Formats: sequence, structure tokens, C-alpha cells
Amino acid sequence: MVNTTKFKINNLNIWFGAIHPLKEVNMQIFPNEILSIIGPSNSGKTTFLRMLNRLNELQDNFKMTGFVEYDKKDIRNIDVEFLRRKVGTVFALPLPLPLSIFENVAYGVRMYGGRNKKELELIVEEALKKAYIWEEVKDRLQESAFKLSGGQQQRLCIARTLAVEPDVILFDEPCSGLDPISTAKVEEAMLKLKQNYTIVLVTNNVKQAARVGDRTAFFLSGELIELDKTDKIFTAPADVRTDGYIRGKFG
Amino acid sequence: MFRKAKEFIIEKLIQVCGLASIFFVVVIFLFLLKEGLAVFKIVTPLNFLFGKSWYPISDPAQLGILPLICGSLLVTLGAAIISIPIGVACAIYIAEIAPSKTKEVLKAGVELLAAIPSVVLGFIGMVTLVPWVKNIFHLPTGLTALSGSIMLAFMAMPTIVSIAEDALYSVPKSYKEGAFALGATHWQTIHRVMLPAASSGILAAVMLGIGRVIGETMAVMMITGNAAVIPHSLLQPVRTLTATIAAEMGEAVVGSEHYFALFAIGIVLFIISFAINVTADLFLHRENR
Repeated sequence: MVNTTKFKINNLNIWFGAIHPLKEVNMQIFPNEILSIIGPSNSGKTTFLRMLNRLNELQDNFKMTGFVEYDKKDIRNIDVEFLRRKVGTVFALPLPLPLSIFENVAYGVRMYGGRNKKELELIVEEALKKAYIWEEVKDRLQESAFKLSGGQQQRLCIARTLAVEPDVILFDEPCSGLDPISTAKVEEAMLKLKQNYTIVLVTNNVKQAARVGDRTAFFLSGELIELDKTDKIFTAPADVRTDGYIRGKFG
Repeated sequence: MFRKAKEFIIEKLIQVCGLASIFFVVVIFLFLLKEGLAVFKIVTPLNFLFGKSWYPISDPAQLGILPLICGSLLVTLGAAIISIPIGVACAIYIAEIAPSKTKEVLKAGVELLAAIPSVVLGFIGMVTLVPWVKNIFHLPTGLTALSGSIMLAFMAMPTIVSIAEDALYSVPKSYKEGAFALGATHWQTIHRVMLPAASSGILAAVMLGIGRVIGETMAVMMITGNAAVIPHSLLQPVRTLTATIAAEMGEAVVGSEHYFALFAIGIVLFIISFAINVTADLFLHRENR
């Protein structure tokens, strides 16, 4: 096992008003791994994911205790724009901006400014290649992103996230709206991306967690029930509730 | 059987009401055309639109409405320059930045502004704004296009703010989140994502605001000075198309050339308002690219 830690989460509790979606979560996330997070809906998976780049703060009544460290620094002490750039998110529904394919990827890069046209073109090409969509779109970069298929849009969103040179990529049920072939392509992209990035994947698809995850965490009602190597979770889980969930007894 | 008859009667009643509104619009429009077009027996359309002097009761009458058109456009332009930036900024503040309590207060305030009758605004403008403009710019009179523009900006603002705010509010939340997730700051999100996504709604808001200004009569008549000359700056008295009709219709002899000319001004106003509304409509219903 790698001995450095990307994220360290200690006694994390989160509230939105009276709702308490995360309870006493402790875990570590290691560099260059794919950590899958599974659990039924309302188990706190997405809240956990959104915690990692402080997207939860956009909601009213947000309150937390405990701490989250990114590269050994408390995330509350990191500049939030910098954190969100380093820890990118790919959402459940592909949400291209109402711009061309090229502009969608260039968008994030432009925000940080200081790039000329040549550099920008290079960055966009690089990002599209890394997201395994370059071959499909290279001749139509100026077309509207809405013309792409769902799977292509999702990989475009991955490219957009990659273009700002992140370190960690959070996937929030990235394949929930996709057909099996598009799903396979996104999963393929993830497996290749983990060489250079740390990936946290929230998924409702237990089989997907088994296919791509190095380690798998099982959340239930806001608690982290079990976290172990994916093989272990799927063959010999320690907790009977984990066993019940992955066999489809509830959830 | 009775139920069916009832259905039939109600259906017909609603149909009659619907058709009536169209019928009245058509009748009003035809009346306007009939009365207005008669003026072109006396002056050619070109001389009417581009004639530089408006002396309807001299002999022979001079019926050129260019000064009036210029007056209307100048006052409208001034009002647009004042109200668009403030209105759009206010909408952004309400939709995006203000905490929820401030937001409620502001929204109520904007609605209240819309509820002030125009004659009251005109009256307030006459006793406060007009002397103020006169003193600041050392003018012989404060009854100028500038005073009218400022007052009309207040009237356009509620329209602009509430429609632009709706447009911003209806931008999908996911766009905003996507931008934040890429590390955009709040202003970058507003400027690069929210505003482009809401642009058609904001343009429609602006057009409707301008439409309101161009059709406004009472306040401009009270504070713009009503001199039918081609204005050279915002600091001169002007007379608008609307104010001309309102001020002179009472004294025009029915069937005289003056009377027909006023109706022809009505047609011009109608065309301008119609064009603005159609433009706003086009923006409002523009399909997402």
C-alpha cells in the first residue's frame, strides 16, 4: 500500500439545518487509487464527495465538525477556488455549457488567464485526448456541445475537468444516464486516468464499483460501514449489512 | 342532455370572449389607419416623417414630425442608458448575491416602484428633479430631455429588474455548480455562465423596459418642456410623440388636418411599440442554440 495520503478525513459530521447526512466519518484516500463509494440513496455518498472540494458550502444551513485534510492541509484553510481546481468534479448528468466543444474545454483554462491561442489549443487537444474523446470530436470542435451524444458529453465534461490540471477527480454517478457502451468507455477512461490522478467514484451501480474500484467504501444512513480492498468487499465483507447490500437484499 | 347544452353554452361564451378581444384590436387598428392615413392627402409620408417643423395650426399647416421623433428617441435613449446598467446590476444582485432577507425587501421595493402612477412620478420630478437639473447645469429651464430620461429610467427599471431577475433565476442550477466545481469565483460564474445563459431573457427585459418608456406620456409631458424643436443635447427641452397627441388632441378640430396628423403620429408610435415588442418576443422565445 502507498504510504502517502491524499485526503485524510477525521470525525467528519455534516448538517444541513436539522438533517444530519454524514456521521462520524473517518477515512483516508490514497494517491492514484480509484476509491468507489457505494450505498443506497440518502446514505450520504454524494454529500461526502461534495465535501472534498467544498461544494456543500454553496447550500444554506451548512455546518460541519471534524476535519478534512488535502495534502496534509485542512481544506478550510485552502483557497476555495484553488481547491476546486485541484479537486475536479464530474457530475451525474453531463452538463456541457451552452458553448462550442472547444469553448467548453477552454472555459476553465481561460478563467485562470494568461494563455495565448496556441497554448490554449494545445491544452484543449491534450485534455480531449486524455478523456478519450479526441478522435470523435477533432473535426467538429466548433459545433455546439449539445450535439454530442450523452456518453460523449460526459467525456467532454471529463476533458473540461482535466484541462485545468487537477490532481483528484470526483465522479458523482457519472454513468447513471448512460447506455452500457458509453458506460464502458467512461470506465475505460477512468482506469487509464488513475495513473496520473486520484479518483473518487460515487456510484449506484455496485457492479461498476467492482469493475473499476481499487478500494470500495460502503455508506449507509450517513455512516461509513466498511472500507476495504474491492476484492475483499465483494467476496468476504466484514459487515453483514455490506453483504446484504451488494447481494441486492436492500437498497 | 342538459349537461351537454351547458358545455356547449360555456364553450361558446369563452369563444366569443376570445374573439372579441381580437375583434376590438382589429377595429381600433382600422380606425387608427383610417383617421391617420388621411393626413397623407395633405403631406407626403416622407415630408411627414422627415419634415423639420411642426406647426399644425398655422396656415398653411406644417406637419413635419421629425422633431417629435427625435424627442422621443432622445428621451428613450437617455432613459435606456441610465436604466439598463442599474436595472441589470440590480437583477444580478437580487438573483445571485443578496442574502434571502435583503432579497425579499428589494423585490418588494421594486414592485412598489412599479406601482407608482406615472403622473405622481411626473409631479415629483417636476418639483424636485427639474429645479435640480436647472441649478446643476445652469440652464434657463430644468424642463429638459435629461429630466425626462431620469424620470423614465425609474419607470423602466421595475420591468427590467423583475424580468431579468426571472431570467437569471431560471438558469439551471447545474450550470452554476459546474462552474464552481471548475474553480470559478462567484463573479466569474456570474459573468461567464449566468449572464450568457440568461442573455435572451435579459435582452427581452431591456426591450420591454424601453417599450414602456417610449409609450409613456404623462410624466414626459410634465417635465420635458414640450418644445417641438430638433434637440441638439440632452439639456434642451424636447417634445415626444406621445406628449404631442395628449396635449393637442383636445384642441384639434375633428376632421381637420391637425386631427389627422395626430392620428398619423399614433400610427408611428404603434409601429415603434410593435417592433419593440416583437423583438422582445423573439429574444424571449429564442431556442437554445
